[in-house]
Amino acid sequence: MNILILGATSAIARVTALEFAAQGHNLYLASRDSDELARITTDLSSRFPINVQYGQFDAEDFTAHAAFLLRVIAAMEKLDGVLLAFGDMKDAQPVEIINRNLTGAISILGYCSEYFIAQKSGFIIGISSVAGDRGRRKNKIYGAAKAGLSTYLQALRNELFFHGIRVITIKPGFVDTPMTYGLKGMFCVAKPEYVGKRIVASINKLSDIVYLPWFWRYIMLIIKWMPEWLFKRVRW
Amino acid sequence: MPTLTTPLASFNQSTTQNCNVVRPERYRELLDIVKKPVIARGLGGSYGDAALNIDGQVVLMERLNRVLEFDRINGVITAEAGISLADILAVIVPAGWFLPVTPGTQYVTLGGCIAADVHGKNHHRTGSFEQHVLWLDVVIHDGEIIRCSSTQNSDLFWATIAGMGLTGIIGSASIKLIPLESAYMSVKHLATNNLQQTIIYLTDELQDDQYSVAWVDTASENNKFGRSIIMTAHHATLEELAPEQKSKPLKLFKQQQITIPYNCPGWLLNKKVIQLYNNYYYRTQSHKEKFLSHYQDYFYPLDKIKHWPRLYGKRGFIQYQCVLPHNVALASIQTILDHLQKNNYSPFLTVLKQFGKASNTPLSFPMPGLTLAMDIPIKDNKLFSLLDEIDEIVVQNEGRIYLAKDARLTPARFQIMYPRYVEWLAIKKKWDPKNNFSSSLARRLGI
Repeated sequence: MNILILGATSAIARVTALEFAAQGHNLYLASRDSDELARITTDLSSRFPINVQYGQFDAEDFTAHAAFLLRVIAAMEKLDGVLLAFGDMKDAQPVEIINRNLTGAISILGYCSEYFIAQKSGFIIGISSVAGDRGRRKNKIYGAAKAGLSTYLQALRNELFFHGIRVITIKPGFVDTPMTYGLKGMFCVAKPEYVGKRIVASINKLSDIVYLPWFWRYIMLIIKWMPEWLFKRVRW
Repeated sequence: MPTLTTPLASFNQSTTQNCNVVRPERYRELLDIVKKPVIARGLGGSYGDAALNIDGQVVLMERLNRVLEFDRINGVITAEAGISLADILAVIVPAGWFLPVTPGTQYVTLGGCIAADVHGKNHHRTGSFEQHVLWLDVVIHDGEIIRCSSTQNSDLFWATIAGMGLTGIIGSASIKLIPLESAYMSVKHLATNNLQQTIIYLTDELQDDQYSVAWVDTASENNKFGRSIIMTAHHATLEELAPEQKSKPLKLFKQQQITIPYNCPGWLLNKKVIQLYNNYYYRTQSHKEKFLSHYQDYFYPLDKIKHWPRLYGKRGFIQYQCVLPHNVALASIQTILDHLQKNNYSPFLTVLKQFGKASNTPLSFPMPGLTLAMDIPIKDNKLFSLLDEIDEIVVQNEGRIYLAKDARLTPARFQIMYPRYVEWLAIKKKWDPKNNFSSSLARRLGI
């Protein structure tokens, strides 16, 4: 299959790309950092006999998204799936975080959906977060962006189901990436390699919403169940 | 760059120190990291304090592991220094290439192999890692990346190889590979009856092969003392393979791994157990004369047991490795082993190897002679004074000990063992005038 990875320089995307490549899938890597994309591209094509290409993509540059997708399709001839892996919460103003994590995602996935609908096949995997399941005081903007993304992916799934296109929402808990490195209060931190393997495996499974590792589903279940009058009193 | 203050341990768990650890994900991030005093750390395979920096900055290289170029025709691989040998092998073996030199584990990084100038079971034929490095990119103290090789910035090149990370951070490297017909090894075992015979056979050219090593039973006593299994091997040719192997000669296997989840009780590897195990091993292995073995099983048997140092209990063990010149090898190795036995210390695992020519690098460990490596469980603190006495025996016999496995050598003995350190220090001062790259090992040895 030919798969487009958006945000390919993130820690989770990189291991997921390795896993896709190990299974023989061709990849198109996209992110803002083209130096790093070039390094990852050589890494993947040296390790596995696959076709890997890359191109610059800026989630916040909405007007360029349509042309970007056309370039990807021209380069790969055909696209079978998209992994949306960009998103961060550091070094940015609230509006930028929303623009990048939510508006940018909706914009590019909109064009991808149109392409898959016309093609009558394809899949979309979106990496959201458990942070979107309930708003915490320390994580307002990122949490709001991910809540929006989860809801958007859900709506998209309902729409694309009738076109035979799968939409999978990935909700990682704490993963050992730069986002969590060195932070206090982390527990059960998963290895990115594990998360990458599970993301690739999710294509062949039935779940629409995948918590990684699996036990986060139950942790979040309890957190979502807490009544608001109690939740607001807990300092987390 | 987020920093995590956490205790880091040596591989054998006997040295643990608090360090401020950073972990870059992208190569470019190294350029900022070197602006503060730092030492690089690969996969933590060093048995000493080489990759520790007490209360100082340590940079974990493990995520800088991209392959930057693989020339399948000429057998050259270029990669970021944090790549593991396991990852390199997974790329090169299916294409018919192999590492020119490999230590006894594949879970070490390329940068670590260069910084410690590691050797393998083929040192007597192919030398140490140094001889196969085509060039290095070293990130020096001001964030500049310096390309160096034997012809370009050669002083930095020779001081960085075996330089224990003290000249700068090895960012990426290019190494020359050796061609391979199959992923299998043709192995021969030869049992000897005592130490003298072991050394004679180990250094005998007629018995020799591409790789050779002696596993020594130091738990046996009297006239059997030092009896060994000498294991020689070469990369099997297609003709040597069984028919079912011939169809896929370069096949990789996923190595089965078991994990030691917790520290075992310290009394587990006591003298009796060590004796029984060594006796059992000698008996079972001496019957195997010639057989084929996959390279993973031949080179990396201990990689099958994840966290194997935990077998030695909470106090851990010391891996003591020294090299002794040929003319005094038998007598001095005998003295060292006797000294341990007399004091009621049994190494669990003892290995002897032959070294060939020394390399060009001022701080390189190998020199012509025999190298003795022993895993000794730490029963009590008496072991450390005993090892100081053994250091003295090594010094008197003009040998030296391996810095990658050391956490206790004194500066005075270091200077005698490594006489070219003065030359090295001058180059280090030229490229690192503010002594930005320092480790616990460097401060202990005064370099």
